[in-house]
Amino acid sequence: MSHATLAAQFVADDQRAHWHDQALWFVRAKRDKMAQALPEWELLRETAAQIKAHTVSRLADYLEQFAERAESLGVKVHWARHTAEHNQIVLDILRSHEVTRVVKSKSMLTEECHLNPFLQRHGIEVVDTDLGEWIVQLRGEPPSHIVLPAIHIKKEEVGQLFHERLGTEKGASEPKYLAEAARRKLRECFMRAEAGITGVNFAVAETGGFVVCTNEGNADLGVSLPKLHIACMGIEKLIPRAQDLGVFLRLLARSATGQPITTYSSHFHGPRPGGELHLVLVDNGRSDLLGSDEFRRSLNCIRCGACMNTCPVYRRSGGYSYAATIPGPIGSILSPARDARMYYSLPHACSLCGSCTDVCPVKIDIHHQLLTWRREIAARGLLSWHKRLAMRGASFVLRRTWLYVLLGKMMRGVGPWLPRWLLYSPLNAWGKQRELPTFPRRSFRELYRNQEDGQRDRLGRPPSVERSP
Amino acid sequence: MSNKPRVGLFIPCYIDQFFPQVGLATVEILKRLGVAVDFPEAQTCCGQPMANTGCNAAARPLALKFFEVFKKYDHVVCPSGSCVAMVRHHYDEYLEGEPGFEELKRNTFELCEFIHDVLAVRQLEGTFPHRVGLHQSCHGLRELRLGSSSEIVGESYNKVRALLASLEGIELTRLQRPDECCGFGGTFAVSEEAVSSMMGLDRIHDHEQAGSEILTAADMSCLMHLDGLIRRQHKPIRVMHVTEILAAATRDAVRIVPGELEPSTTVP
Amino acid sequence: MTESKQAILSAIRGRNAPAAPLADLKRDWIRYDDAQRQFAAVLESVGGRCVAVASAAEISNELAGMPAYREAGQICSTVPGVAGNVDLPRVADPHELESIDFAILPGEFAVAENGAVWVTDEGLPHRVVFFIAQHLALVVRASEVVDNMHQAYERLRFSKPGFGAFISGPSKTADIEQSLVIGAHGARSLTVFLLAG
Repeated sequence: MSHATLAAQFVADDQRAHWHDQALWFVRAKRDKMAQALPEWELLRETAAQIKAHTVSRLADYLEQFAERAESLGVKVHWARHTAEHNQIVLDILRSHEVTRVVKSKSMLTEECHLNPFLQRHGIEVVDTDLGEWIVQLRGEPPSHIVLPAIHIKKEEVGQLFHERLGTEKGASEPKYLAEAARRKLRECFMRAEAGITGVNFAVAETGGFVVCTNEGNADLGVSLPKLHIACMGIEKLIPRAQDLGVFLRLLARSATGQPITTYSSHFHGPRPGGELHLVLVDNGRSDLLGSDEFRRSLNCIRCGACMNTCPVYRRSGGYSYAATIPGPIGSILSPARDARMYYSLPHACSLCGSCTDVCPVKIDIHHQLLTWRREIAARGLLSWHKRLAMRGASFVLRRTWLYVLLGKMMRGVGPWLPRWLLYSPLNAWGKQRELPTFPRRSFRELYRNQEDGQRDRLGRPPSVERSP
Repeated sequence: MSNKPRVGLFIPCYIDQFFPQVGLATVEILKRLGVAVDFPEAQTCCGQPMANTGCNAAARPLALKFFEVFKKYDHVVCPSGSCVAMVRHHYDEYLEGEPGFEELKRNTFELCEFIHDVLAVRQLEGTFPHRVGLHQSCHGLRELRLGSSSEIVGESYNKVRALLASLEGIELTRLQRPDECCGFGGTFAVSEEAVSSMMGLDRIHDHEQAGSEILTAADMSCLMHLDGLIRRQHKPIRVMHVTEILAAATRDAVRIVPGELEPSTTVP
Repeated sequence: MTESKQAILSAIRGRNAPAAPLADLKRDWIRYDDAQRQFAAVLESVGGRCVAVASAAEISNELAGMPAYREAGQICSTVPGVAGNVDLPRVADPHELESIDFAILPGEFAVAENGAVWVTDEGLPHRVVFFIAQHLALVVRASEVVDNMHQAYERLRFSKPGFGAFISGPSKTADIEQSLVIGAHGARSLTVFLLAG
């Protein structure tokens, strides 16, 4: 189903769509406050973009350096070309340790690889420990936002879910009470887990270490109790120097949630004494993006979600309207890169307002890339026939001034006489909630010509525009 | 006479056909500022609707046509930020390397930008005793940078607002979301009708709570969309293009406070 | 596996992105007139508490005034002069620390711009104690407050295996309707003692 169809379904519940919009606008406003408090904000963004551009220009060298350093620290480094290979590597590691219970902290990469269902099919219990992720996991849903996975769910719904699954009081929906119930239940999971899986926010080439950021502390609990830690990262998460972390950690949480930094920013350099640390480096299409001058910058993304919070479409259409692992503006670039046929409508789920580009902490020119994607979609013949036909037809007319003038005259002549039922037929999507502009009797060029012919007064005041009723 | 800059008037196709008063007001305010314009009749459309749909093959001949029509002018002025952004930022693909193209890009201006930056007129003598809500059309704001956007950290400025604010008696209303998109977005308005209309209604609601009596913008396309929603719901707000306000407000003024760059300041 | 590694590396090398210089990080980043005060203010804004103290004895006094500490059954401390009742080095399995109510641990330095404290597992048998304790207190020398994260990383060397983290405030979540709840999975409260001298 196209984005427009799914979006219309979400918007149909006007109250809920407004509630969703307001919740995300609140996060955007917090981000603004944080950004405004740093006079060097724009310099930070520029610096981050430069670091990413540099890293990408030498990515293979940095990956080798990183892997070598990590291995020297005792990390077991794995390479996966695509999702199937990634999932198999993770499964093999777990099996070799006879692990059946895993706790996992938030990782968009493992969402991209659909790791959970894969492991579950192979008899391994996986618990997502980020509260929002756990809520959507219990509901059998994917996250609807990359930072706020359960932003689309109301507290009453969480209350009902917890009542059914955890035995909390019926009707109780106070967030503090519900979070406390989750804390107790998830503590049990942490205590029983035989391995912890995390994502990676940043990996540092020169040190062989990596950083995981959370607010809840779930990643740290998950990998500090069991002996086995598996970290999964996309190859674009690399940065050259530890110092560069200063730039990115300053930008990440401020952009994501309007916090000065996440509560926990944990730096892992090698396994803990007596433990084992595996790191899986995943390509899965990233090297293809790297080769594209148009879309290379999308690899800068640090998954802060700021473009979703600011996007006037995302806020009103909800994350599921994108039907993709990563929704919103950045997802509308990344998803068609994976499968243009499936995600053809996403680059059009955008009014080209450009707010995402201005908010992006790593300066991805998101709305221009979306525009470029529209060109790709059309070039690959994936644009709907009626849009293509309309544009070709319009171009045919507009190339010929006389034809444009003639048709304009006819439209303005006939338009006022058309009955409303015809003018506002169901085929007219514009007219569903909007009136059409009224038809002026004469066009600007006709009036202008008259005016130049002397029909203007001393002050250059124009003749008045007559409009049809 | 011979060294007077030649100013070409670029009137977007939908303004030509549906909103001639905006075009006339543009001519009026420019004349009042001492600028004689020329309207080349061969012009039609800049090709933005096609380009924004990804149909570049359909947009290309229109870009070439635009170039042929307007390349002879020293300045091209247009009462639409969006169409100017098309020329300035999205024509490279069709015209890069063409002799005269860089000059055309550099010399094509949105009307307020032209008044503010080229004519260097920062203050207009005129009266407009109304509560006016300024809608920041996105392409003017974030492509042409006619004002600072709320996402960017730095000095706050706004050329359109500055010109409006210089009018006597005008009261510019304060919005809760100062520069959120209205949801027009070209074909987006039709292909994503539900989200587009909701966005528009939310903007209108923001103007209602702010007490805007007139809703204005530097792009008529945003206003066409908002006005369509307003009229359907019979709301008391009226829309006017910025140009219409500037022309109406200065109509009875004696003189315009000049900038340094503009030699002629007499009222025609 | 080496096959995949080679495949990925050669795929990247085959699609050379244009060269770009590495950014210079020596810039005029934000400074504060009073870094300690800024640190305290930011820490408070993220749900933590900052207490300036002159000595270890004063820390003990302050702790005695805190209900969470008074009601704590199991307390561990690795801060000299501050007593606990659980001997960390004698705990064999980190899971046993689940019952820790209060932990008092050293932090290396603090960051004014974001209220974070840098902690490491050096000399600590189980790093989980930072995350599993119901309540956490960190002790940092008052002289060790830097202005910003760039200064923070200038201090850090990652030359050997180890774990380190910036901790800014108590554990928290806003995953239910964006309502802030303090005490998600980790510490329910965080107190930072800035120790003079």
